[in-house]
Parts: sequence; C-alpha cells; structure tokens
Amino acid sequence: MNRMRIQAALAPGGVAAILFAAILFTVILFTVIFVTAGASHAAETENLVSQIKAVGAEGNGNEAAAVAVAGLSAGGVDSLPEILAGFKGASPLAANYLRSAAETIADRQLADGAKLPASRLEQLVKDGKQDPRARRLAYELLLRVDKSAEERLIPGMLLDSSPEFRRDAVQRLLDQANDKRLSEKQVVAVYRSALSGATDEDQVKTISKALKSLGEEVNLVEHFGFLTAWKIVGPFDNTDFVGFNKTYPPEAEIDLSAKLEGQKGEVAWGEISTEDEFGIVDIAKSVAPHKGAVMYLTSEFDAKAAGDVQFRFGTPNAWKLWLNGKLLFGRDEYHRGMAIDQYSVSAKLKAGENVILLKLCQNEQEDDWAQRYQIQLRVCDSSGIAVRPVAALAAKSDPRVASSGGKE
Amino acid sequence: MRVPEKTIRRAALMICGLGCVAFLTGADWRQFRGNDVSGVAQDASIPSSFSSDENVAWKIELPGRGLSGPIVVGDRVYVTASSGFRQDRLHVLCFDRKSGDKLFERQFLATGRTMCHPKMCVATPTPASDGKRIFAFYSSNDVACLDLDGTLLWYRGLTHDYPNASNSLGMASSPIVIDDTLIVQVENDAESFAVGLDVETGKSRWKKERPKRANWTSPTFFTDKESGKSLALLQSSAGVEAVEPKTGERAWNFGDGASTIPSSVVSGGSILIPSNGLTVLRPGTGAEPDQIWNDNRLSPGTASPLVVDGKVYVVNRAGVLQAADVTTGSLLWRLRLKGPFSSTPVAAGTKLVFFNEKGTAQIVDASGEEGEIIGEGDLGETILATPAVSGSDLFVRSDKHLWKISE
Repeated sequence: MNRMRIQAALAPGGVAAILFAAILFTVILFTVIFVTAGASHAAETENLVSQIKAVGAEGNGNEAAAVAVAGLSAGGVDSLPEILAGFKGASPLAANYLRSAAETIADRQLADGAKLPASRLEQLVKDGKQDPRARRLAYELLLRVDKSAEERLIPGMLLDSSPEFRRDAVQRLLDQANDKRLSEKQVVAVYRSALSGATDEDQVKTISKALKSLGEEVNLVEHFGFLTAWKIVGPFDNTDFVGFNKTYPPEAEIDLSAKLEGQKGEVAWGEISTEDEFGIVDIAKSVAPHKGAVMYLTSEFDAKAAGDVQFRFGTPNAWKLWLNGKLLFGRDEYHRGMAIDQYSVSAKLKAGENVILLKLCQNEQEDDWAQRYQIQLRVCDSSGIAVRPVAALAAKSDPRVASSGGKE
Repeated sequence: MRVPEKTIRRAALMICGLGCVAFLTGADWRQFRGNDVSGVAQDASIPSSFSSDENVAWKIELPGRGLSGPIVVGDRVYVTASSGFRQDRLHVLCFDRKSGDKLFERQFLATGRTMCHPKMCVATPTPASDGKRIFAFYSSNDVACLDLDGTLLWYRGLTHDYPNASNSLGMASSPIVIDDTLIVQVENDAESFAVGLDVETGKSRWKKERPKRANWTSPTFFTDKESGKSLALLQSSAGVEAVEPKTGERAWNFGDGASTIPSSVVSGGSILIPSNGLTVLRPGTGAEPDQIWNDNRLSPGTASPLVVDGKVYVVNRAGVLQAADVTTGSLLWRLRLKGPFSSTPVAAGTKLVFFNEKGTAQIVDASGEEGEIIGEGDLGETILATPAVSGSDLFVRSDKHLWKISE
C-alpha cells in the first residue's frame, strides 16, 4: 500500500505536485521570514526613535540617545522614511539626533553609489501631516538625487506651514517678477502672490518696495499682525535697575481708571498708538524719553477661537509679558539691538477677549545708542503667519492669514 | 636590568622618526588658539607670503558664514558654519587635511536664539576637540558632540535648558577641554553661567552663576608646573576666576575687572589679562595670585594678546602692534599694521600672523630687536576668524571659504 502511494507520487504528475508544494512552502517560508524580519526591523527602528525622543533637558537621556543614534545610523536606507516620520512630536533636541542619523545613512548610501528612496522621500515632503523639519530634510535629501524636485515641488509651497519652503517659493516668484516680458499688471500679480507667502522681513521689504514703486498700497501692519494701539501707564521707578523685579500695581490688577503712584507723582492710564509701517510703538517719542523708568502697556486681543499662538516682538529694553494675568516670560537686557521677531514667546489664546500686559523697562545709560524706548509686537502662528483679532478678520477676508487660534 | 644598546638605538630612531612625522604632518590645533590656548605653534613653519592664488594648497567653499576658526585633529580639519535666513542651520564640516576633500557634513537646527549683530553670526565660537571627539558650540548655545567620523554622541541646548541665556548681539566664547571636561561660558545680561560638561555624556559636572553682563571672552587654563594640576580661567567684566575643571570650585579670584572681548593668555607661569590695559599675574603659593605688573598703554582691541619667546604682543584699537617684555612690561617696539582686526593673531615659530578684517594677512618677523613685516597674504575675502597653524600649514576661514596655505 505504502509502496503504491510512493510510486503514485513519483509518477510525472506527482513529481510536479511535490515540486510545486516545495516551492510554495519555500515561498511562504521566505515571505514569513522577510515579513517577520521587516516587522522586526520596523519595530527596532521605532524603538530606537522612541529612545531618542525621550532625550530631555540637562542631558538626561543622552546616553540612551547616543546608543540609539548609532543603531539608527548603522541601519539601511529603508529606515529613512521611518526616521523622518519620527520627527513628529520630537523636541528640538531629539530632532537633531534624528537628523544626524538620517544624514549619516544618506551619506553612506550615496558614497556607496546606491540610491535614496526618492519616491518615498517625495511622498513625505508632500505629506502636510508630517513634521515640517522632517519634510524639509526629506526635500534636501531628495535634491541630492533629483535636482528637478525643486521645480516640481517648490511652486506649490507658497502657503506651506514650513517657513523655509515658503521662503523658497517666494524667491521663485521674486525671480519671476524680474521677467521683462511680463506686463505691469502681471508683475503686480506676481508680487501680490509672493507677499501672500512671505513672512521673512527681507523678502517682505523687497516685495513692498516693488509694489509701492508700481503704485500699489501695502499694509505691512496688517500683513505681519502688529498690535498698534495700546493703553499705557507710567513711569514707575527703575533707577539702578530696581524696577524689573519690583511688582507695581498693574501687575496685580489692570484698572484703567485707577490713579497710581508713579516715579514722579501720580500717574494714570493713557493711550499710545503708532502709524509706523512696521508697528513700532515709540515711548520715547510719543510719551517722553524717560530714563530709569518702567512703563506698562496693555491691549486686548479678541480671538475667534482658542489656540496656540506666538507673540513675536522686538525691543531694545528689558521686558516682561503677561497674557490673561499669567506671566509668560521676561528678559532683563538693555540695548543689545532691536529687530523684528527678536523674541518669540509661545502662548495659548482663549476664545474671546485676551488681555496682554507688557512691562517695558528703560535704564539710565546716557550713550546716544542707549536712548531707544520702543516695542514692536505681533501675534502669529508658529510659522510666522499673522494671527488677527476678530475685528480685523471681519474687516478683511484673506485666506492666507490665520484666524485667531487657528488657520482658516 | 640592562637594556641592550641596540634596543636603545632603535628606540631613539623610532622617536626621531615619529618626531619627523609629527613635524611633517603637524601637531593638532584642537581649540581656539590651539591645544594650550596660546596661539603659538612653536615648531611650525609657514609661507611668508601668499595670495588667493599663491601658496594655496586648497580652498573649499563653505555653506555658511562663521567667525569660528578651524581646528586640526590628526589628518583632518574641522570647521563650523551657520546658514539660513534666521541663521538657524548649524553646520559641522570635516575635511581631509591633505586633499581638502569633504569627509562629512552634519547639520543641526538651532534650539536657542539666533539673533546676532550683523558682523557676527551664530557660528562664532571655535569648536574644540579632545582628540577623540569634536565639540561644536554656537551663539545659540547649542553644543553638538560628534566622534571624529561625524556620528553624533550627544547634544545639549543650553538656551533650551535655560531660556534666558542669550545675547541679542550674539555670543562668542569658544569652549575648551580640560580634564575630560568641556568648559563653556554662557555669559550675558540676563542669565549668565558657566558649565563644565562631561565629555562622555554631555551632562553638567557643574554649573555656576557668573556676572550678569554680556561677555564674549573665551576661557583658558593655567597648569601648575610642579603639581601638573590645571585650573580653568573664566574671564568677565568682574575679572578672572580660576576654577577646578571637574568641580567648578573656585581656586582663586582676580577681581579688578577685565575686558569682555579680548581674552587672557597664559605663558611661562604668568597669566596676561586684558584688564586696565594689560595686567600680569603669577599664581604663587598663596590663595590669590601675585600681580607682577600692569600697563594701561598695552590695551588690546578685539584681538587677544599673544606671547612668544618672552614678549607679549598686543594690537590696540588703532591697529598698532605693541611688543613688551612679559617679565617687566617694558615696551620694546611698536609697529603700525593695516587693520581693523577681529581675528586673534597666531605664531608659527617667530612669524606672527595677523589677519585683518579685509582678508589681508601681515606676517611679522618677531625674531629681531624690532618687529618687521616680512610678507603679506591677501585672500580678498572678509576674515574675522582666528586661523590654525600646524606643521607647514596655515588653515584660515573667510566668510566664504576654508583655505589651506602651504608651500
């Protein structure tokens, strides 16, 4: 009986069946091995990325992160997309570890004459849900193997959440605007388009100058989201720098009708505003060139919805900033320069009225370069696009500008 | 046990051979002003004249600006740069010393503030090395530690950890390595401190508060000849504080104030401090060092003083080079140079190299009784960084390029 079965199996049709079964078994076996290995590899990459993301302040987690970077760096190019995806939620410190691993892998791959996974990198660049830092790195890696990616991808980045992508897209339009074949109307349209994505001061200034020379109006206060109207009270004493850490009444309560004991007698809240194109509120010129003084400024910001924003500002004076009674940050530095977006303070707006309070301190230096008493403050999202209060949103509808608390 | 004469001869030959190799390839220049922070490469020999197309072994375009000087570790040259509209892209670059081939480049995103005076940039501090690792430090107070092949070992964001540690004009202090500790000064008007970081892990061995005033000077160190023990010297507007490298504990303090731009230099048991002109201290057996002399006519501008063969060289704000006797302070000679200078001079033997901001080097022979300009080298690009000297090579970075000057 058994012999008969063996013989049957050894018949031509039976041999084919055995071979087929063997091949099928082998294919299944290898598939299982590869899938398991792939899953294991993916799990290992994920684990290493997690170790890096655990790195914290004061060097905590550095040792584990170093081991993880070495592990990731030794990996194959297939792990690049996973490493880049790992940027999501990574702290600035962790993102630098991940970047280092990705660069090491790409360098090795290219030095060996091998390729980078271009299509997967491009997919990541286009995926707006990925971290902007990772998307930018993916783009730069992609450029190393495909120079044409710039032409293909950048024109669509004008309103991107990454300031670097937006900058590149704006630059392309600025180059385009120099095309002598364009009509004036077309040039204006190109500049208007460029302005919609521009948030870097140099580019905005270039565009604004060009548009004005073409007879166009440009409202930079609105574009950047500067706050130009404030209530102001002071001066309070800051001789010998005593004022920065001293709590004067506005820090405890903002009562716009109150009469307060100031540095030189009774003071009351007044108003200050600016017509400056870049929203610079000049206390020395508009109020008085106080020295050794503290002034408080307050403004209300009516937010359409709750959400994360940044207060970005420039001042040559020492300052403290509160939002809705909560101290956000302060800095005791005088006359070390002033620039747009000199400081960036993250905050969470609530829906409706938000009260901003600024304490601005002037020292007693007599040098010519130490007389400025100014502030230039704007509200924007984390990428630098203006966040406007409800009234401004109602006045003008601009699809580029983020509504208060989130993008439209 | 008697060592056979043959073995001794072999050993002597081997030592001579190694010495020759070291001379030919050049010693390391591992941090701002070299390994001993003196700015002197005693056995080096560099060309007396060069230009953008004469005695240039190679010239490499850099991806960003930098006031940071190059460093040399073995057969490699490392340099940092910063780029981008916000200068938030931090670069560490490594080149083959012989060919100039780029061996690797790593980029990081600044975690601290990047605003700087237009003349400065985020890559202003010179990196440091302990021979096994590279420590790249930036005005944003980011510290990246890489192995010599570019693998990241650890990363610290000192402004990330201490958010008020910054200067709107930029930070410039270059870190140094002593006793397995990276000494970093982060001194400004708001949150001022110095830290000693464990070179292995990047964790702080110590952190101490420092005077709240902007300070762009770099630390140096003093080694006691008898004990071999080194102290880190932290300069500020308040003076100079000597601390134990591994603990940060104060050993002594000089409290007569000091400059916040040019840094102190140590030579032959003396510490020369840009304080009330120039003040020379000699640490003795007491708690406080003895003051040897002070001369308010020897007032360095931006460049730090340099000491070679018992003479101190100071370039004042007017671009006049003054030479004085280190022991007595007596002025020996003056020589007008073409300034202005941001770069600190270095010495290759008795050749002193002064790069002005326009990119012209003036080579001064300091071997005679009077200093003499014996050659020039115009590279035609802005140079604000301090060069590195090693063997027969001079490495200098301009705003745009890294140059190797060699015959």
